[in-house]
Amino acid sequence: MATVDLGLAGWALGEAAKHGATAAEVLCISAESLAAGVRLGEVEKLKHSRERRLGLRVFTGKSSASASTAELERDSLVDFIANTVTLARLTSPDPWSGLPDPALHPKSFPELGLVDTEQGMVRADEALKIARTAERAALGRDPRIKNSEGAEFSSGRYQVMFVNSQGFAGEYGGTSFSLVVAPIARDGDSMQQGFWHTSNRRFSRLEDAESVGKTAAERALRRLGARKIKTTQAPVVFDPDMAAGLIRTIAGASSGPSLYKGASFLINQLGERIASSNVTVIDDALMPSGLGSKPFDGEGLATNRKKLVDGGTLATYLLDCYSARKLKLAPTGNASRGVGDAPSVSTTNLHLEPGIYTPQQIIGSVKDGLFLTEIIGMGVNMVTGDYSRGAGGIWIKNGELAYPVQEITIAGNLKEMLQAVEMVGNDLHWRSSTASPTLKISEMTIAGA
Amino acid sequence: MSNQLISPDKFFLNRFGLNENSLEQILGAALERKADHADLYFEYRSAEGIALEESMVNHTSKSVSHGVGVRVCAEDRTGYAYSDEVTIDRMRLAAEAARAIADQRGAAPGAIQIGSHVSAHNLYELETTPLEIPLEDRAKLLAEIDRVARAYDPRVKNVMASIAAERKLVMIATSEGKIAADIQPLCRLNVTVIADDGKNRQIGSYGGGGRVEYRHFLENGRWKEYALEAARQAITNLDADDAPAGEMVVVLGPGWPGILLHEAIGHGLEGDFNRKGVSAFSNRIGQKVASELCTVVDDGTIKNRRGSLNVDDEGTPTSRTVLIEKGILRGYLQDRMNARLMKMAPTGNGRRESFAHSPMPRMTNTFMLAGESAPEDIIKSVDHGLYAVNFGGGQVDITNGKFVFSASEAYLIEGGRVTRPVKGATLIGNGPDVLTRVTMVGNDLALDAGVGTCGKDGQSVPVGVGLPTIRVDGITVGGTRS
Repeated sequence: MATVDLGLAGWALGEAAKHGATAAEVLCISAESLAAGVRLGEVEKLKHSRERRLGLRVFTGKSSASASTAELERDSLVDFIANTVTLARLTSPDPWSGLPDPALHPKSFPELGLVDTEQGMVRADEALKIARTAERAALGRDPRIKNSEGAEFSSGRYQVMFVNSQGFAGEYGGTSFSLVVAPIARDGDSMQQGFWHTSNRRFSRLEDAESVGKTAAERALRRLGARKIKTTQAPVVFDPDMAAGLIRTIAGASSGPSLYKGASFLINQLGERIASSNVTVIDDALMPSGLGSKPFDGEGLATNRKKLVDGGTLATYLLDCYSARKLKLAPTGNASRGVGDAPSVSTTNLHLEPGIYTPQQIIGSVKDGLFLTEIIGMGVNMVTGDYSRGAGGIWIKNGELAYPVQEITIAGNLKEMLQAVEMVGNDLHWRSSTASPTLKISEMTIAGA
Repeated sequence: MSNQLISPDKFFLNRFGLNENSLEQILGAALERKADHADLYFEYRSAEGIALEESMVNHTSKSVSHGVGVRVCAEDRTGYAYSDEVTIDRMRLAAEAARAIADQRGAAPGAIQIGSHVSAHNLYELETTPLEIPLEDRAKLLAEIDRVARAYDPRVKNVMASIAAERKLVMIATSEGKIAADIQPLCRLNVTVIADDGKNRQIGSYGGGGRVEYRHFLENGRWKEYALEAARQAITNLDADDAPAGEMVVVLGPGWPGILLHEAIGHGLEGDFNRKGVSAFSNRIGQKVASELCTVVDDGTIKNRRGSLNVDDEGTPTSRTVLIEKGILRGYLQDRMNARLMKMAPTGNGRRESFAHSPMPRMTNTFMLAGESAPEDIIKSVDHGLYAVNFGGGQVDITNGKFVFSASEAYLIEGGRVTRPVKGATLIGNGPDVLTRVTMVGNDLALDAGVGTCGKDGQSVPVGVGLPTIRVDGITVGGTRS
């Protein structure tokens, strides 16, 4: 794969200094991917891509600017670098801006197994074969699976290089493989899509294609005949994917930029009890082969494993250097960045620590309530914690999954919802960089007819 | 570089050392096997962002990206490959990768001759693009916005404002020998205000833009309106009660609440979903899907709108498509491939996020035509209901037709009067059914201020929406107060 060499990055730092930059960072990302899709057994699409971009952030004292380009010839870069330095001069000085304390740069990097050393890029014919197998399994699962939005297999690899003018230089690569299947079930007037996927950095660890297809089919079938219910207050059991979404809102509200802007419902809650004692949330950048793992963060700081919420108590915020300085705290190694942007904050492998209950025990504990399997819409107010989402799932009656429901909403306030986490499942599975077991919230408002 | 000074097709040919002959060769390589269509999409995008927070203009950014996407369509199959290195060699590799989709057998079509230029609209000819305005001027405007929003009320605690501007040059060369080229300016000004009264904290957001000159923001005091509107929403919401829960009469205000149409109707009428039979609207053309008060169109030809385009991203001139006429479903939104497969005409709705993406049917500016009721009469007609005037995002499940859109500013209607503000809540309904419940349509059609972005299959494109005030008799409101 075409990569940008350290020589070019070092040269760019020198150019920036020549034009008057007092400090600078260069980030290069190159990536290559193949996606192959089938629909109803026939090839539907093949997509090949390759990209290389260079990002630059420069400082003139306390002023800074960020820029990115795909034109990597030195001739074009000369102008690009000069323009970025000019842009920085036009920006207001910001007392909190700057590179990290150099002492925070690690001297060595952990080996995280981000690259599949046994499997290179999957070839198109092989990718199509896997997608076909998965879709065939979905279509063959039940005669009511009558249509399909197809199945897609993708294979990708990338390389990240980051250097700054105070001597940090780091580089890492990664691979990823994923398979998505989306069959459609139909029975009379009711038509429903099912969706299932598997993703891994290692090809051999992907969930078996047939089982992905079958699960997707089952997820479509169980939605058939869904009805609307009357407005009520009831317990809500979040399935693992829905629970992972809830955990992401905690991370979002704990991130430095939301906090210093006043745009978080967790302001001034550090060290406070923000959730029930069942809730321990971990962000682990060092998980071997984790989809969110990385050896250093977006500012060249060492990454780590930390408890964000510990037995219900908010144990840390997630901070880059800028938000850390503003909040008078230490950065947490959670800086992330797009190629041409200033650092921001993100999680790595974020998850809710599993509890002791099987999902069946959790569902069994509910007399009348919702097993939540779909959420649509963005209805979360991160400032107030007010939460109102479109929902779908299966109604629980006397501890059993009874019938599918749709066209309803679930609503509450995140501050109260987190305190009301009554049970946490033992079923933690990693299929993306955020994961959660099943969890139960003791009561929410469910709006329907 | 202003629009008059450059012809975008010449720009690409000069910049990357290409000529019509090399385009013909690459298209020829793409069509070496039996295929229906091939095209090349060249893009050169420059963008700048500037942002203010805590009264400092402390974020500036700039980006340049370019590349070429090569697409080969054979029946319902698409091969796509792109590269950000625009060279003959790279394009040839991309063409070889893309054509792998096509059948091995069958004769190659004859040689391709680049001949005619597509005659496109001229909807956004600008004297100066927003990128040419000195950064100092943009920074000063942001500082003024900060001042105005803070002066609105002492409870305004933080103001975030940003200006994003871009200019995209595109050139599309097709295997029919056609070339289309366009310069697409786009800019947007956003203001977000956080208010705090010691007891509650709230947020308000407003903004606008389009394919417009920078002075759009200065005309008619628009920038000031954005700042005051964001502040007003945040302050109003400080006193909001819990929102109601359950099905009730909802009156939607004009403009941005048109997101209802985008989610409930628009996506479900995109050609790809209907060709595959996976939309809740599949095979329903000619059927009644709305009250006769409702006529809904998608119009990519409105001057300077955010969702407008001179040509779509496949080189088809955009058009105005009637989706629903007096309650009857009339049309789908089509790109070339789905139009061909459904034996319909392309509607100029083939759009893509960038050269790294294959086009698909997308909306442009989607809105309902004005009716005859006075907005105040619509509110007066409601004994108990919700009046929702501002919204965040929305989403739809194409297959079962259920859609949501989330109100960010709403009020109770009690006894024909708008009374107390209530907190934001998500509204959920059924696409093929919701417009049958429309019982009044106002005479006050407004298009949104120009900040909409639509996501589909991982691709974001700018869009517009519009609505007159309407009364919907029964939609589920997702509040907490039952």
